[in-house]
Amino acid sequence: MTDKAVPSGPTRRALYEARIRRRSALIATLSTALVLAAIIILVPMAPGWEAVKKSFFNGPVLAKTFPGLLNAFLMDVAIFAWCAPLIAVLALVIALCRDVRAPALFPLRLFGALYTDIFRGLPVVLVIYLIGFGVPGLGLPRPWNSPYIWGSLALILIYSAYVAEVIRSGIESIHQSQRAASASLGMSDADTMRFVILPQALRNVVPSNMNLFIALQKDVALLSFIGPVEIFRQAGVYKSLMANFTPYVGAAVIFLALTIPATRYADYLMARQRRRRG
Amino acid sequence: MSFLSLRSVTKSFAENQVCKGIDLEVEKGQMVCLIGASGSGKSTLLRCINLLEPIDEGAILLEGTDIAEPGLDPRPVRERIGIVFQSYNLFPHMSAMENVMLAPRRVHRKTRAQLKAPVEALFARFGLAERMHHYPDQLSGGQQQRVAIIRALAMQPQIMLFDEITSALDPELVGEVLDVLRQLHAEGMTMILATHEMGFARELADKVCFLDAGRILEEGPPEQLFAAPQQERTRAFLSRIL
Repeated sequence: MTDKAVPSGPTRRALYEARIRRRSALIATLSTALVLAAIIILVPMAPGWEAVKKSFFNGPVLAKTFPGLLNAFLMDVAIFAWCAPLIAVLALVIALCRDVRAPALFPLRLFGALYTDIFRGLPVVLVIYLIGFGVPGLGLPRPWNSPYIWGSLALILIYSAYVAEVIRSGIESIHQSQRAASASLGMSDADTMRFVILPQALRNVVPSNMNLFIALQKDVALLSFIGPVEIFRQAGVYKSLMANFTPYVGAAVIFLALTIPATRYADYLMARQRRRRG
Repeated sequence: MSFLSLRSVTKSFAENQVCKGIDLEVEKGQMVCLIGASGSGKSTLLRCINLLEPIDEGAILLEGTDIAEPGLDPRPVRERIGIVFQSYNLFPHMSAMENVMLAPRRVHRKTRAQLKAPVEALFARFGLAERMHHYPDQLSGGQQQRVAIIRALAMQPQIMLFDEITSALDPELVGEVLDVLRQLHAEGMTMILATHEMGFARELADKVCFLDAGRILEEGPPEQLFAAPQQERTRAFLSRIL
């Protein structure tokens, strides 16, 4: 009624695009089916398949160990849960250290730079060993010799360095004109950072930090090297008990159940941010 | 003694001297317009007056005190000198109201309750009462620029600087922003504008300065400068844009 030019049915262009879409979907389905069929038919034809199936994909073993693995995974979640907030706080402090301009605070700046350089430059396992075995070696009384404390500290130190760099890149991504606008109103540097720069910067780096926290969730398993019985360690125990590798596959499945949705969510956040920036 | 007076101000960026000895007198309540081609130094001069850029040589006297003295804390000065930018520079994560209240809250230590009435009055005065709680990306360019003006005014400055504030606006939005300037001028605000709105400068300015390559080549009341420019370059510039 308002616009005569709009026809009632789909346009010529819409019809064409629908045809192309149907054809693409068909080709994708066919090629995927072909690859899957090849895997399903060819892999079992390998000479060692029966043995692999028995020791890696053993149904009864999985059923027996899965509850125990799930229970041990709660330890991973707990370690993650107390590390993550401490990492966020420490990373923010380090990032702010690297941004201070006052000459009297230069040591802070130097500290920030050294900190990020050192902890980004070391393998995670190495730091966990050094701190996890080194500090309790001082002969501290219980509970201060717990590998949970020092292993967690190692994770916190390393991940703070990465998160701090991400936050700093977020701070630097805020256009200079925002600082100028704030300064022109007579605001102090500290207030400008707190009320104008940081709120925008932190929002911008949420997706990148999501990825780091997913990596942290996986690296929690490295603490098993210094003692804590979390899922990886528990799977190892089951493996020895039953002379079967299926518990490791079970552990992998449990990790994936958490990390795949989290990764997808981070990707979604990234894509949304790109769209917003247009 | 003028209210604001610039004495042979120079400013360089690396090798590039942008202000080459600028003298300017601004009386209380005056509207002074800076005109000239892009790159002639208008914006830089305004940013120097607000101390966003430190000057190399010269002096900037505000009521007789040199505010450009190296080492002086710029913050008390900036409270007295408001500036509005071409690209608005509103804080995108805050509503219009929060944008306006932030500096009075932090710098003047006022509470939201104390600020509510005067800030609402400012929004109403400039026709934005309906839009106070919108975020910058929900406002048109003209509305954003008016919020930026209100934000600067909320600090109760003694002088306002406007850096080509209508240059990024669609033509039909320019009028609403110029109306705000008209209103401020009528209320006796001292203002310096870098502008390309020649019609507006001609109508309202008390003094127009033509900047060319970092110098004020010619200055005078608008009727004189627009009708009978003395310098060849002024004539050439005006004939290009009028």
